[in-house]
Amino acid sequence: MYEGAIQDLIDELGRLPGIGPKSAQRLAFHVLSADTTDIKRLAAALTRVKEEVRFCSTCYNVAEAEQCRICRDPRRRDDALCVVEEPKDVIAIERTNEFRGRYHVLGGAINPLEGIGPDQLRIRELMARLSSGDVSELILATDPNTEGEATATYLALMVKPMGITVSRLASGLPVGGDLEYADEITLGRAFEGRRKL
Amino acid sequence: MRRPLYRDDALVLRVQRLGEADRIITLLTRRHGRVRAVAKGVRKTTSRFGGRLEPFGLVDVQCSEGSTLDTVTQVEGKDLFGRHFLDDYPRYTAANAIAETAERLTPVEREPALRLYLLTVGALRALAGRERATTLVLDAYLLRAMAHAGWAPALRDCAVCANPGPHRAFSIAAGGVVCPNCRPPGAAHPSQASLDLMCALLEGDWVAADASDVKVRGESSGFVAAHLQWHLERGLRSLPLVDRRESQNR
Ligand SMILES: [Zn+2]
Ligand SMILES: [Zn+2]
Repeated sequence: MYEGAIQDLIDELGRLPGIGPKSAQRLAFHVLSADTTDIKRLAAALTRVKEEVRFCSTCYNVAEAEQCRICRDPRRRDDALCVVEEPKDVIAIERTNEFRGRYHVLGGAINPLEGIGPDQLRIRELMARLSSGDVSELILATDPNTEGEATATYLALMVKPMGITVSRLASGLPVGGDLEYADEITLGRAFEGRRKL
Repeated sequence: MRRPLYRDDALVLRVQRLGEADRIITLLTRRHGRVRAVAKGVRKTTSRFGGRLEPFGLVDVQCSEGSTLDTVTQVEGKDLFGRHFLDDYPRYTAANAIAETAERLTPVEREPALRLYLLTVGALRALAGRERATTLVLDAYLLRAMAHAGWAPALRDCAVCANPGPHRAFSIAAGGVVCPNCRPPGAAHPSQASLDLMCALLEGDWVAADASDVKVRGESSGFVAAHLQWHLERGLRSLPLVDRRESQNR
């Protein structure tokens, strides 16, 4: 145990996902020995992200205004909606240049073991968007793992009675992986080869 | 330093993200009880373990022992039950409740729990087989797991004084059915058919269980869930999220 400020910093860093006690200590001492201006910039970026970045009121992607850039773009198609788990999945799909519709970010996948059911995700908001009648195809691009597949199954169950075409990214994405780790070509192919549910 | 290796059959109970691309896997093993092990790089698309370490799979695993967490060094899939639940949401939610129960009933890591392991493998296999209603498979598992832990509900004789039944009143706090003398205020009154169904599930009388009425199944599920949640110090998170709609593709 260290004293005062340095221990506080180690404790705070240790609460971040994926940072163990050893990494927290290494990072804290890095901060201590780094240039003051660099650290001030880091501190400002941390504060700014909480103050200025919010979730898009339409799709729940990260946004710096009421709506994100994609929802504001008039050239995007309104009839195709792609459902993803996290904002980083929007970035991954945008990189493929395969999709010109709009997104809906769920905020995770259904995972009962972690206490996450449909009500903990932005599924009610998705249903509200779909009931407007503009969307003719819903593309389920949740992660190709058990939670992601189960979430896609649940959404298909809910949406199909609405008469909307529901499709799922083609297999070819390795099972167990995160969408964000798929390379552009693989993800692009999975998008192109999506199958109707 | 080379860490000792062990190899065992195991069920994947839980999978959690760790850092950039790793996962912590909670395993219920045949001989080593519940263990937690790190699987490195499994979220990358190049992982050699592929989908073998997904939830609810039965695997043949090799781990190296660590001071806090073990590390998975090899995995072969034996029966990846999880794949059977992907297109069946009610079964997926039931599998979660089974896995969480198994985890909670093995509070101490590395303490062998062969009977619970066999019971859990059997339940997931039955769920994957889709020959029985999801609710029945889940409730049979929960009742037998509770019996294994030593607190199955009393269903015939009075839970307090062992006065022979049948009795009509049911008190979760008292531990099951209670005779008129022992009945605490606020005891519930399940139908005889629900009590019979719970008995059948506990004893493995599938002919009687399969023939039960859907409404009766709903009622007995409520009692099973309430009894389990009352006995666990913290309630299960997954149990309220079980989708009780019966699967279409049964
Ligand atoms: Zn948006
Ligand atoms: Zn009594």
